[in-house]
Amino acid sequence: MKQFLQMAVVMVSTALVAGNSHATDLTIVSWGGAYAASQQKAYHDPYLAINPGVRIVSDDSGAEGLAKVRAQVESGNVTWDLVDMVAADAIVACDEGLIEEVDPDTWLAPAPDGTPASEDFFTGTLAPGGTNCFIPQIVYSTTFGFRTDAFQGKQPSTIADVFDLATFPGKRALEKRPINNLEWALIADGVPGNEVYEVLSTPEGVDRAFAKLDTIKDHVIWWSEGAQPPQLLADGEVVMASAFNGRLFSAIAEKNQPIAMLWDWQAFDLGGWVIPKGGKNLEAVKAYLRFATDTKRLADQAKFISYGPARYSSAPLVGKHAELGIDMKPHMPTDSKNSKTVLQFDYVWWADHRAELDERFNAWLAK
Amino acid sequence: MTQGSAEVIRTADGIPLGISLQRTLLRSRLRALMLVLPLLAFLTVTFILPILDMLYRSVDNQIVASVLPRTTVAIQIWDAKHPKLPDEPVFEALVLDIQAAYADKTLGRVGRRLNYEKPGISSLFRKTGRQAKHITEAPFKEQLLSVDKRWHDVSVWRLIHRESGALTASYFLASSDLRLDDQGKIVRQPEPRRIYVSLFYRTLWMSLLITVLCLILSYPVSYLLATLPTRTSNLLMILVLLPFWTSLLVRITSWIALLQTQGVLNDLLVFIGLIPEEARLQMIYNKIGTIIAMTHILLPFMILPLYSVMKTVPASYMQAARSLGASPFTAFVRVYMPNTVPGIGAGCILVFILSIGYYITPALVGGRTGTFVSNFIATHISGTLNWGLAAALGVILLALVLGLYLVYDRIVGVNNMKLG
Repeated sequence: MKQFLQMAVVMVSTALVAGNSHATDLTIVSWGGAYAASQQKAYHDPYLAINPGVRIVSDDSGAEGLAKVRAQVESGNVTWDLVDMVAADAIVACDEGLIEEVDPDTWLAPAPDGTPASEDFFTGTLAPGGTNCFIPQIVYSTTFGFRTDAFQGKQPSTIADVFDLATFPGKRALEKRPINNLEWALIADGVPGNEVYEVLSTPEGVDRAFAKLDTIKDHVIWWSEGAQPPQLLADGEVVMASAFNGRLFSAIAEKNQPIAMLWDWQAFDLGGWVIPKGGKNLEAVKAYLRFATDTKRLADQAKFISYGPARYSSAPLVGKHAELGIDMKPHMPTDSKNSKTVLQFDYVWWADHRAELDERFNAWLAK
Repeated sequence: MTQGSAEVIRTADGIPLGISLQRTLLRSRLRALMLVLPLLAFLTVTFILPILDMLYRSVDNQIVASVLPRTTVAIQIWDAKHPKLPDEPVFEALVLDIQAAYADKTLGRVGRRLNYEKPGISSLFRKTGRQAKHITEAPFKEQLLSVDKRWHDVSVWRLIHRESGALTASYFLASSDLRLDDQGKIVRQPEPRRIYVSLFYRTLWMSLLITVLCLILSYPVSYLLATLPTRTSNLLMILVLLPFWTSLLVRITSWIALLQTQGVLNDLLVFIGLIPEEARLQMIYNKIGTIIAMTHILLPFMILPLYSVMKTVPASYMQAARSLGASPFTAFVRVYMPNTVPGIGAGCILVFILSIGYYITPALVGGRTGTFVSNFIATHISGTLNWGLAAALGVILLALVLGLYLVYDRIVGVNNMKLG
């Protein structure tokens, strides 16, 4: 018995010592689902293979990312090392001083041909809204999908068709927020795409956008979670829906639903990494980031999900889907055929007007 | 002397009995306190302090004074009523503050804070922050005015003047569809931006309706549960508890599958010819959806207290009433129902309070007309990060619930309530 106890003590203490020397745990927060899986396969797995000292703890609470980062930083108890955020949230977090500033050229790997990171990432994506805390991974878009069996003859092809109930009757699904919807309403109403924010800056412009939305208001189901619109389309609840392009791709290519894409005036947005201030593993995070945002890794992610890598040098490397074997290039929002008309989301404009227009939008919804 | 000491009864070790008794009592009280201390400490740290912190955020306004310390002091001597821009010292203070805040990355916070009050301030501060480093010497006023024409706007300065205190009422005003105008007077929000008053009203009446529906549906079920023979009533109880134990999201998704326009119920109605194919009913993503799903989800919270009270009503009461000549209906209404009032009270208050703060169900099936205040609190916490406004909405909701609880206590009496 005594021997057994001694042995147990020795074993436990060696385990503890080993556990301590067993380097770093990185807590990485993402959005779960197919998206987090694509990061697991393209970034985490290869990184862990060459860094046996690192363990990655995945957390899927990306949807509450902004609020939880703030709570952690304000309470001084930062347990997240790296968080996947959309650019608009990263701007808010950076403005609030909640996340680390990033120095792209010292932190991030250059392109294979030696182009420094600051020039290899798509222009402006490292500094959305003039901030410098964000490392983009993907370009995704909010765009429309429609049921191919809903209309005889002519199929919808422009953003104006979304607002055309006479030619394309049926319910639509739109995201329950003013962002993108106001812009699309104005474009459908004849405003040139590059003047949208100019028009929206005037009270008459806002009225005009809401008036256009009024024309379809009774035929809209409003969604708030990314999984809803593909489901609504699949159930036949709606004939058209705005959705994240990756979700639509999954419904079309992986689940074979009778859905097609409508890329006209797709709204580009960025997903990327931010580092909460006060984390304990900054050096390990930097090492991981240098690997996970290099040209090959970003291109690899596109094998698993149809979001465009945010580096110029990654684009030519995008190949076939890892399981389905289909060519991913035509499914990328950045593909030239799909991006003939693109709505460039104005982060600064929305930072100014979001609170005001959210209220107006919600008041309008409730009426 | 010996007489005096003889009057005091002493314990064996010579301490007066009264003191000894007090000590013993104190010791046992302390022991009791020690026993509850872990729970008390736990509640204080995890529940009471966070709530107080959240309540405080609804009026907290330190951000302006802490990021713009020189300006908030300098601007006090400016006459905000006067339609004239402040003088050079205020401009100098603001330029210095902005330079300092831009350097330690706090300018964005104050920009966002003031932008709640006046759209556009956020970008004004952002732009000024980038350019202010070039302003190094007097005249500060002229140079700042040339950075952005919005600095000519007196209302911007009035806003800084108004929000320079440590506390603010603006979150509470905003959650009552009010705001302070340029002159500091309280006015209503412009019509297209009014939202919260009607939202509170909707949350209240829908919660009330859900409570009433729960009561109507639960009463007969609970009666059956309490009066049927044990074997049958156990089976019935399982039917009540089974959904209660099923995941909330599963139940909500099932309601979506049942109620949507291409769903089971509509298919059935079309199939038997009650409604034509083109006129399928919209029963979800609106008020109806929220009411149906929440009534179903909250039913057990009504059934269980009702059942536990009904179980204690002796069957002999009804028999006595019948034997004294009451009709079954009279006996039920005059004898049975009054005995179940504690259960009705408990069930109603439980369901009402739960539903007034419900979040996930209205979010998923409420569409544009069936959402609650809690959904907006969630948006402001996790979406817009406007925690001040979320806190103010939360305080108002809490005050409403407490107020209604007091009214209930006055009318029904809280002691008259029985949870089981």
